[in-house]
Amino acid sequence: MTTQRKAVSLISGGLDSMLATKVIMEQGVHVEGINFFTGFCVEGHTHAIRKKDRAKPKRNNALWVAEQLGIKLHIVDVIEEYKEVLLNPKHGYGANMNPCLDCKAFMVRKAHEWIEAHGFDFIITGEVIGQRPMSQRKDTMPVVARESGAGDRLLRPLCAKLLPPTLPEREGWVDRERLYDFSGRTRKPQMALARKFGIEGYAQPAGGCCFLTDAAYSAKLVDLWQARGDREYELDDIMLLKVGRHVRPRPHFKLIVAREEGEVRFLEGYRNRFVSLRTTSHPGPLALVDGRLEEGDEALAAAIVARYSKGVRDSRVTVEVRQPDGESREIEVEPLSPERIPEGWHV
Amino acid sequence: MSDRQTLDARRLLCPMPVIRVQERVETMNPGEELEVICTDPGAANDVPAWCRINGHRVLSVEQGAEELRIVIRVGGGEGS
Ligand code: SF4
Repeated sequence: MTTQRKAVSLISGGLDSMLATKVIMEQGVHVEGINFFTGFCVEGHTHAIRKKDRAKPKRNNALWVAEQLGIKLHIVDVIEEYKEVLLNPKHGYGANMNPCLDCKAFMVRKAHEWIEAHGFDFIITGEVIGQRPMSQRKDTMPVVARESGAGDRLLRPLCAKLLPPTLPEREGWVDRERLYDFSGRTRKPQMALARKFGIEGYAQPAGGCCFLTDAAYSAKLVDLWQARGDREYELDDIMLLKVGRHVRPRPHFKLIVAREEGEVRFLEGYRNRFVSLRTTSHPGPLALVDGRLEEGDEALAAAIVARYSKGVRDSRVTVEVRQPDGESREIEVEPLSPERIPEGWHV
Repeated sequence: MSDRQTLDARRLLCPMPVIRVQERVETMNPGEELEVICTDPGAANDVPAWCRINGHRVLSVEQGAEELRIVIRVGGGEGS
């Protein structure tokens, strides 16, 4: 009697992991999906914040993939543990603040812990040799397998034929002949395989799977760390980096200025944690102060917020400054004209 | 009705509401009900999608002006 083997698949929401999963399911293996939420994932968030994005129906791609494939999906909160990966990556960062190689090893390690706890046999990923410059190279494939502790229980169905046979192949749980030999940056083989499986409507993310590959986002993160003199962060910090215009007129504080209604609503939720400013004489945005206001800073902050209000061309604008405890007062300022906000203040 | 549980997922952004639902459901028995209150409109898609995938039933989705209420019945019992 042959027992049905069980695998867990790292589902990112993109096409590659979807195909890798399908390839293994086709071989009669029971597959369930796992998705790790680091706080930086592209899924969700901003879509829900900005009003223009609210109009479009939004979906979580990992859930969508799981539903298309008819598998269970376990979404795991790894926000806390991920800090160590981001702050001290053994293999360093990619083009921006993305520690892709350490990140991959971390996720495979978490998946390995999961299969041990749940009695599953192996792990699959959608990795393709040469697809990503940092984490998916021929020489990094064994690094991920080794450092994650998964060893040869880690199978990459899309490029397995270019790698030494893993345990599932040697044991005959899967047929190596029916795995693939994809490599390089081309997407053509994946698209052809998707067609063969009749898969349509999949997400095609431009960069990586998370905000850390984004230059503008990474710059804001580094700015935050520098200003605080400490690289500790909370989920709220990294969420706020995705929202609004960030203006740092002084090293010890920056303003997060809402750009539209959806962001105003989102920032409102933080008014009991940050000093906030809002124009009262004219329609204008809500802004949070991240850091501390010293002598004279309040007027400067108010003048900047006034600049983004409808009163930008008026001589006087009234701004309400509200403390986290709800105490507030109004001050009158002359808006800082757009020309007087140096480029370097924009984070 | 008395054994209906409530989960406050307000102000959490996706996929956090789904993660919280998943954690709570793991502690519940088949047949029990859970009412989830959220503010991220994305949860209106994600929570039901997660339920369909994992074999739980969505009994109702009620969209208020600010809040969204989703009632689910824990399904199955075939483990994991
Ligand atoms: S893009 Fe982000 S989530 Fe993807 S491997 Fe790199 S660091 Fe990890």
